[in-house]
Amino acid sequence: MSTNKVIHALYNDDDILMDAVKKVKDEHHHIEEVFCPFPVHGLDKAMGLAPTRLAITAFFYGITGLSVAIWLTWYTMIADWPQDIGGKPSFSWLTNMPAFVPIMFELTVFFAAHLMVITFYMRSKIWPFKKAENPDPRTTDDHFLMEIPVHDNEEELKALLATTGAVEINIVDKH
Amino acid sequence: MSSHYESSYREPLILGEKSYHDITEDIARPIEGKANKNWYIAFYISLAAMLWGFGCIFYTVGTGIGVWGLNKNIGWAWDITNFVWWVGIGHAGTLISAVLLLFRQKWRMAINRSAEAMTIFAVFQAGLFPIIHMGRPWNGYWVLPIPNQFGSLWVNFNSPLLWDVFAISTYLSVSLVFWWTGLLPDFATIRDRAVKPFQKKIYALLSFGWSGRAKDWQRFEEVSLVLAGLATPLVLSVHTIVSMDFATSVNPGWHSTIFPPYFVAGAIFSGFAMVQTLLGVMRKVTNMEAYITRLHVEYMNIVIILTGGIVAVAYATEFFIAWYTGSPYENYTYLSLGAEAGAYGWAFWSLMIFNIIIPQILWIKKLRRSFIVSFLVSIAINIGMWFERFDIIAIVLSKGQLPSTWWRFEPTFVDVGIFIGTIGFFFVLFLLYARTFPVIPTAEIKTILKSSGENFKKQRAENNEH
Repeated sequence: MSTNKVIHALYNDDDILMDAVKKVKDEHHHIEEVFCPFPVHGLDKAMGLAPTRLAITAFFYGITGLSVAIWLTWYTMIADWPQDIGGKPSFSWLTNMPAFVPIMFELTVFFAAHLMVITFYMRSKIWPFKKAENPDPRTTDDHFLMEIPVHDNEEELKALLATTGAVEINIVDKH
Repeated sequence: MSSHYESSYREPLILGEKSYHDITEDIARPIEGKANKNWYIAFYISLAAMLWGFGCIFYTVGTGIGVWGLNKNIGWAWDITNFVWWVGIGHAGTLISAVLLLFRQKWRMAINRSAEAMTIFAVFQAGLFPIIHMGRPWNGYWVLPIPNQFGSLWVNFNSPLLWDVFAISTYLSVSLVFWWTGLLPDFATIRDRAVKPFQKKIYALLSFGWSGRAKDWQRFEEVSLVLAGLATPLVLSVHTIVSMDFATSVNPGWHSTIFPPYFVAGAIFSGFAMVQTLLGVMRKVTNMEAYITRLHVEYMNIVIILTGGIVAVAYATEFFIAWYTGSPYENYTYLSLGAEAGAYGWAFWSLMIFNIIIPQILWIKKLRRSFIVSFLVSIAINIGMWFERFDIIAIVLSKGQLPSTWWRFEPTFVDVGIFIGTIGFFFVLFLLYARTFPVIPTAEIKTILKSSGENFKKQRAENNEH
């Protein structure tokens, strides 16, 4: 038997899926992937996925945005071409700083939000003209699909999955 | 079932016997079906209004700002009124999707997609006004801090008008990204159901190849939460900064420290009113009665009562302070006895009646749960909030500190035409959206079906699980 064979087990209920994932994990089988039509809470933990670090990246992107805002306001208003506008102080960045708070805030949010979303798209490989990779169109409607690699244990896996309430079990050759 | 627990005493958010598949069917139906006659009638009326507005814009740009009703005293009036009005309307969308997400309010799921769409379309309209008012809109990019080939001058970061540029563009782009990221799984649903090849191609492109892996969902939820956390202060900052356009000036009536919170409350007030107006019609037209229920309408009305109350207190404060200063100039601000008795008395009373008096009927539970009453009140608030901005701008500017310069503002047909044009443009976008986008977040609403669906609640009640 070739090793690129996988089992696709389809479920039509999120609670049954959760129990199935736990059961398969208890039997020490590797779950390659689960495709869901909506987020199932606790599924990532049950599958043993590592927590995502996107929030941490957002924090650093925000710091970057704040630094850009500070540099931009300092360079344009203080260093490059200081002007007396309405008698507002432009002697040093610090005395002029209160007027820059809105810019600093907006650029922090701008950088954090956009760069985090771009990171998400890159990490999850979603972008325009990307081809979808869910193996069954029903997984964006009301079905959940569990993918398990087969290593000479096809019958054992089939028997196990049959007890978990799968509505359909298919053996697929993955290319 | 513990993860899906919600007390059966709480009213259901999804009515009828629904399964996950039913939800997909219900939300895909308006996209896959054909538009009816009413849709076409509404679309062509909006399109005509939009084209009329574009004509007026070309006339303005071709001839000059002189075709507006402005004069030497009133340097901006109708345009900035409309700008603030549209930005205010654009506040409900991100408030619903961000603030209510942080507070874990499940009812937001039925309305957040359309409210965000409304936000984005409203901010488009708002953005048009300052760009047209530049007179030479092709030089609009001069507001950006670009290295200066134009003579060693940078933009002025001390100016609230420039803060506005940064606030509005950040708000528009972040709202757009928030909205689109939430749309990806729902576009994927439409893509995987599509039978026509062209439709499949389009939705495959729009969905960015979303596949719904467990890891994707984990990231999706984290990104939504962080975006909500970022968008919450952003929403509050935008109208704060808009209010600073006025509050940092030295005009009596504008130079007011309560403007930021008062403007933010007013923005949420008008934004929710516009959501009520749009959804009151949309739930019927797209058959979403099972998802946008009386309960949703009531919750939105409660937000309207709260923010409307804040606005009323702000008016009272302004009125009192104007009188209490004893300054004769303050007697001509938009909330003063002078304004009430003056040439703009009708505008003063329109503000009071539409914004303060009419919304009070929502205190009666029966009325705030009525679709038709909510719709009518929301129209009144839309009008009232327009008058608020008109009063703040036109009344204050009409009577400056030098009585010999007192003048009045009278809009020309171009002023009115551009405003009507933006309303048309807004509805053109919204009507197209309602026919091509999943108007309810399909994936998200499925997550609350078991906890808040009517049939699941009934089942639990029968099993005595309260």
